[in-house]
Amino acid sequence: MDLSAINPILFIAGFFVAATPLIFAAVGELVVEKTGVLNLGVEGMMIIGAICGFATAVETGSPLLGFAAAAVGGAVLSLLFAFLTQVMLANQVASGLALTLFGLGFSALLGQSYVGVKPPRLADVDFGSLAEIPIFGPIILSHDLIVYLGLALVVAVWAVLKYTRIGLVLRAVGENHDAAHALGYKVVRIRTLAIMFGGACAGVGGAYISLIRVPQWTEGMTAGIGWIALALVVFASWKPFRLLLGAYLFGGLVQLQLNLQGAGVAIPVEYLAMSPYVITIVVLVFLSRDKGAAPASLGRIFHASS
Amino acid sequence: MTQPLLSLNALTKAYPGVVANDDVSLSIAAGEVHALLGENGAGKSTLVKMIYGLVRPDSGQMHMNGAPFTPSEPRAARAAGVGMVFQHFSLFDALSVAENIALGMENAPKLSELSARISAVSEAYGLPLSPDRIVGDLSAGERQRVEIIRCLLQEPKLLIMDEPTSVLTPQEVEILFKTLRKLSAEGTAILYISHKLEEIRTLCDSATILRLGKVVGHCMPRETTAREMAELMVGKLLQTPTRAAQPAGDVLLSLTGLRAKAPNTFGMALKDISLELRAGEILGIGGVAGNGQDELLAALSGERPAGRGMVVLKGEDIGPLGPTARRARGLLTAPEERMGHAAAPDMSLTENAMLTGALRQGLDKGGFLNWPAARQFAEDVIKQFDVRTPGPHAAARSLSGGNLQKFVIGREVMQRPEVFVVNQPTWGVDASAAAAIRQALLDLAQNGAALIVISQDLDELMEISDRFAALNEGRLSDPRPAQGITVEEIGLMMGGAHGMEVAHV
Repeated sequence: MDLSAINPILFIAGFFVAATPLIFAAVGELVVEKTGVLNLGVEGMMIIGAICGFATAVETGSPLLGFAAAAVGGAVLSLLFAFLTQVMLANQVASGLALTLFGLGFSALLGQSYVGVKPPRLADVDFGSLAEIPIFGPIILSHDLIVYLGLALVVAVWAVLKYTRIGLVLRAVGENHDAAHALGYKVVRIRTLAIMFGGACAGVGGAYISLIRVPQWTEGMTAGIGWIALALVVFASWKPFRLLLGAYLFGGLVQLQLNLQGAGVAIPVEYLAMSPYVITIVVLVFLSRDKGAAPASLGRIFHASS
Repeated sequence: MTQPLLSLNALTKAYPGVVANDDVSLSIAAGEVHALLGENGAGKSTLVKMIYGLVRPDSGQMHMNGAPFTPSEPRAARAAGVGMVFQHFSLFDALSVAENIALGMENAPKLSELSARISAVSEAYGLPLSPDRIVGDLSAGERQRVEIIRCLLQEPKLLIMDEPTSVLTPQEVEILFKTLRKLSAEGTAILYISHKLEEIRTLCDSATILRLGKVVGHCMPRETTAREMAELMVGKLLQTPTRAAQPAGDVLLSLTGLRAKAPNTFGMALKDISLELRAGEILGIGGVAGNGQDELLAALSGERPAGRGMVVLKGEDIGPLGPTARRARGLLTAPEERMGHAAAPDMSLTENAMLTGALRQGLDKGGFLNWPAARQFAEDVIKQFDVRTPGPHAAARSLSGGNLQKFVIGREVMQRPEVFVVNQPTWGVDASAAAAIRQALLDLAQNGAALIVISQDLDELMEISDRFAALNEGRLSDPRPAQGITVEEIGLMMGGAHGMEVAHV
């Protein structure tokens, strides 16, 4: 075992990369759940985003176009969920699970001809001389655009939910859909838009895995990140910054176990591989003491007549 | 008289299987307080929903100040000057008072500015309210103030109030009436929905009475007796429950220093409750909703077991026992919320009869269920309590509120309880069904059972109880003989007007 092989700066910089897919997926789901909808299809929307982004980036040669396509792909798939749960009033849990299974299968079909292909690389953002500041530069200012976009998204979601009227209406719909309807807010429309936002975010998160983190296409490559995102939203008590913290914890643990594997620690790989999932959940369970934070209408079907 | 502010002409609205409003006409002048009277299901809610733009009439016209008025959504109705204070469903527990109010406004100002305006209006109309508090922590009276202020900020020409006093203490009702009179003096018309006739007689200028979706009469409440209005509403003569006085028997149930933590953030802790209940008596427990009624019922039924020695039934400590063990010993309960708590809505009446009756009626043997016996039991309840339903196979959900309530109460009464605890026995039940339920409770006491009746309806408690006590902030006042107690005294036992001291902040 050789721990000196781990470069601390690269190690910490890796947190950001490892956490980004989770941040996107989780912050999207947070908005969806704030409107009172439980979409368990995050994993499915991520993998669809991963293949849509991958295919588009390979065909056009532009990773940014790839991310845009991933967002569209995730949002389109989420529309299926919106149709089932908001129009047909189907059970949200069952619809979400179906969405995940469908996404996993459909992405495998779409991705058949992309196995083994190498995607174009997204360049890191150029901060000029700022990036040369010791330690800070290589850790914080050495990433691609999407990493910073993810951070900005968390801040934006927090600010919108807390300070704007849109955020207030959104929370109101999730808190008591009957009351929101009685006041004249369009519950189904607001929820559908939130579901699409969640889908787009999950899609971008998935594409980050296939275009940057891995980068290649393999079936089922999201490997449960969508499920962790769902758990993260709950255990972060629907608070954006706590969610960010949880995502970095997870990212850090992933980095750590990869580095430990590389350093040849005498623990079976399977234990190392599962450790980030287990530890993140355990830590978050202890952090989330305020159980009353859940939106009161979460998962309940809304019908205007009742 | 000048032209009316709002006039409705031959409004009709039908839902599949039922005509909710049939050819309803009425008119309201500016500054008039107009009562809309009727039993549950008479079509009051549908009518006001049409005025507020939540439901569109199938036919008929509405005119506001002479011009056609066809609100397609609540936003349009609000813009035209219609404000509505709902009975349920319109506040968000997790949000603050100011946020709740902002949600009901078209062009809400910044929260800080809005808070200042809320304070100003609450001062002007004598409705104390602090804008930063979380609505989930407020009393029912304070929650209602949130809704009223939300409407007042829009300077409505017509204010619709749906059963506004059902959750208030007498003192809070007085504050509300003062506010309403002030509004009416300023020229705001008020459409006041209620089935509390005495209130209508003190507050309203005119009344329209609905029965089964049709207007059955107009009257001047001040010149009409409550009984006449009630009989117009029900369409038949009312029976007053009766009982013979009898001496109290042995102590059956005693609570000593009963305490329980609040079950959740918005619940109420029970603090040091002690009482003795004797055979043949009815103890009425009043109090504003959310002061520990549900928690007391849970502690008595065994849903939330109490500590050792806190609940004693016929000399036996049953504190730590669960509901089934308590049932076996003769302590039966009927919680409020018949849909979901007292009955399983999607199960049949037979299944619901099985759920609580299995033990005392011997409906199961060695874990196997005796369905024919359960069906027979359900049929007996249906027959004895005049439950209107196609039969025991009908789902509980398909029954009307009053019929399901009769079934839920009857199911327990037929199991011959020695001690029977019931919460809100006649909530949302029409007058004739309520009278039948009260009579059943009185008969039960007559036959030697001891009863605790928890209710929000003071008239009901005065009618049937031997002794009266009130719950306030999880504490129980000392029970007093119900005979000769005044409304004033009851109000004080219930804790007076909540939040009065906030007025001068």
